[in-house]
Amino acid sequence: MRTALSGVALLGAFAISLVAVLTFTRPPINIVATGNPGTGMQLNYVPKQVAAALAINHAPAALPPIDAGPPASTVYKNVQVLGNVSSGAFTRLMVSMTNWVAPQQGCNYCHVAGNFASDSKYTKVIARRMLQMTIAVNTKYTNHVGNVGVTCYTCHRGAPLPSQVWFTGITPGSGAGLLETNMGKNLPALAINNSSLPSDPFTPFLLNHEKIRDQGTTALPSGNTQSIKQTDWTYALMMHYSQALGVNCAFCHNSQAFSDWSESTPQRLTAFYAEAMLRDLNANYMVPLTSIFPANQRGPTGDVAKINCATCHQGVYKPLFGAAMAAQFPPLLGVGATATAAATPMVMPSTMPMSSSSTTDGAKP
Amino acid sequence: MSEYQNIFTRVQIRGPLHAGPPVTGSIFQREGKPFYSYLMGIIGNAQVGPLYLGSLGVASLISGFIAIEIIGLNMWASVGWNPILFIRDLPWLALEPPAPAYGLRIPPLNQGGWWLMAGFFLTAAMVLWFFRMYRRARQLGLGTHMAWAWGAAIWLYFVLGFLRPLLMGSWGEAPPFGIFPHLDWTVSFSLRYGNLYYDPFHMLSIVFLYGSVLLFAMHAATILAVSRFGGEKEVEQSVDRGTASERAALFWRWTMGFNATMESIHRWAWWFAVLTPLTGGIGILLTGTVTDNWFLWAVKHGVAPHYAPIFSHAVDPATLQGGKP
Repeated sequence: MRTALSGVALLGAFAISLVAVLTFTRPPINIVATGNPGTGMQLNYVPKQVAAALAINHAPAALPPIDAGPPASTVYKNVQVLGNVSSGAFTRLMVSMTNWVAPQQGCNYCHVAGNFASDSKYTKVIARRMLQMTIAVNTKYTNHVGNVGVTCYTCHRGAPLPSQVWFTGITPGSGAGLLETNMGKNLPALAINNSSLPSDPFTPFLLNHEKIRDQGTTALPSGNTQSIKQTDWTYALMMHYSQALGVNCAFCHNSQAFSDWSESTPQRLTAFYAEAMLRDLNANYMVPLTSIFPANQRGPTGDVAKINCATCHQGVYKPLFGAAMAAQFPPLLGVGATATAAATPMVMPSTMPMSSSSTTDGAKP
Repeated sequence: MSEYQNIFTRVQIRGPLHAGPPVTGSIFQREGKPFYSYLMGIIGNAQVGPLYLGSLGVASLISGFIAIEIIGLNMWASVGWNPILFIRDLPWLALEPPAPAYGLRIPPLNQGGWWLMAGFFLTAAMVLWFFRMYRRARQLGLGTHMAWAWGAAIWLYFVLGFLRPLLMGSWGEAPPFGIFPHLDWTVSFSLRYGNLYYDPFHMLSIVFLYGSVLLFAMHAATILAVSRFGGEKEVEQSVDRGTASERAALFWRWTMGFNATMESIHRWAWWFAVLTPLTGGIGILLTGTVTDNWFLWAVKHGVAPHYAPIFSHAVDPATLQGGKP
């Protein structure tokens, strides 16, 4: 009895040390203090993690700039978005897009060999819409993307499907059995830093327009009915922001008063503008493409892959550490795009019926 | 010297096993055949058992068992009855209170009904345990301090899970039953109501909690330090001169000018311990019911500073022309 218990205690101590050694962050941690003195607002950098992030987040070399030749629409057929771009710049962008999105598959990933004008491949229909989306991000949302902008590579990183996307989760409280299941939380949630918080805060906040702000704005009650449960959802969204950008709360907030704008950093403003942007991109660019994607590229409930912070940021505070890639591709900044291209909603080919995608799935309880 | 420098209890008294005087006036007896355990002896008394459960103890254990069963089976159902996932994800799993939309109504079982039932049985178990402690103390001719200290803990639990939700008009305000989820709830609670650290009763609760720890360390260290003179077993000497007890008192008098007495140190300890959940419960009860943002409350009353903005022009963009919240 005595030996057995000592053995159990020793094994336990060994297991705990093993977990500590293998999972805890080891020093050194470089700390940069921000905010007012004494507020403890600080950013933490672990040199090893920074080096690892730097190694995988760099922009590929851009092809030599070309801007010559007649407008693309006069040279090629069926050029709907980049019609006024010079054919030289157009070709350069097409080759670059292949390198960014389908380097293994080549031109034929989107184009029909021998008939590049054909829209019969679903990938081309999607690529065109994504081109419009990229231009929209770079022109309508400079309050978020600034001078850095985005290119296809920002999300795709050399793969036809971006690795960091999200699908709508189960509807909270949808369990039909006698016991409480499908609460949409209380399971390890990968996108929420493995916490037990709601696993899909994206559907209510980054697709639908649920209220993100929970904290009271007056000392005494004055009609704020946001519940603690609703705060769980905002908390989950914020954990995603943190994880997606590789930063802590103090990157944007003084934790003394999270909601207070006067003590927040300018980065919070940048993040704020991303929310409207992501709702626009998901609702107006991704969701209408639902029926065009093959079933095996859609989520468990048949919904289309959608965008959140991680899609571009991939663990870094600025995608690709702020490499100004888009500036090297003027067509992606809207230069030479046909006037209404970015604003026009996509025209669906008549052979591809729209599925009625439910956008209210996963609404907050 | 090293005689007294030990981590564990050095003295293990062993004699004939003592079952205690016969229980009278009860259908229950003390359960279990007493035995000696060396391991128990190094941290406490070497004799283990017998144990008197009685009607209150049995009722309390049954209630507690029902509550744990409800919580555990719902958790297990939430991973599709997979035993491996149940173990692996146990810290993440929870039984969730009803959605706020249900208010104070009784929801379907799988929408928080089980949570209400688990809460009822857990509360019943704790209250029954209170009466059991009260009655055990009375049977031995003791005061009822231990029962009331336990009652202070019940108060905090009761405020969190019942009283405050009742005042807020929603069961959904209560914490879930689960390891990580109830911790997340704590954070969300603080986030929603503007930082609980600025709640003065939360401050008091922290004072009493840390104060309890400090007092515990001071008292335990003092008694261990005089155990070489038999200080741990000389209650009858506490008013005599020249005893271990007086040395302990003189240590503190000559160290900080004031000393507790053998009696008062235990009053200090009891009140600090009891006031921790009592003040904490008050702090929780006021949150959301009479205040909505503790930070702003603290700024309003001069408790906390509102730092001057040091970043340029950080205003709420939603208030600006054309801002899109």
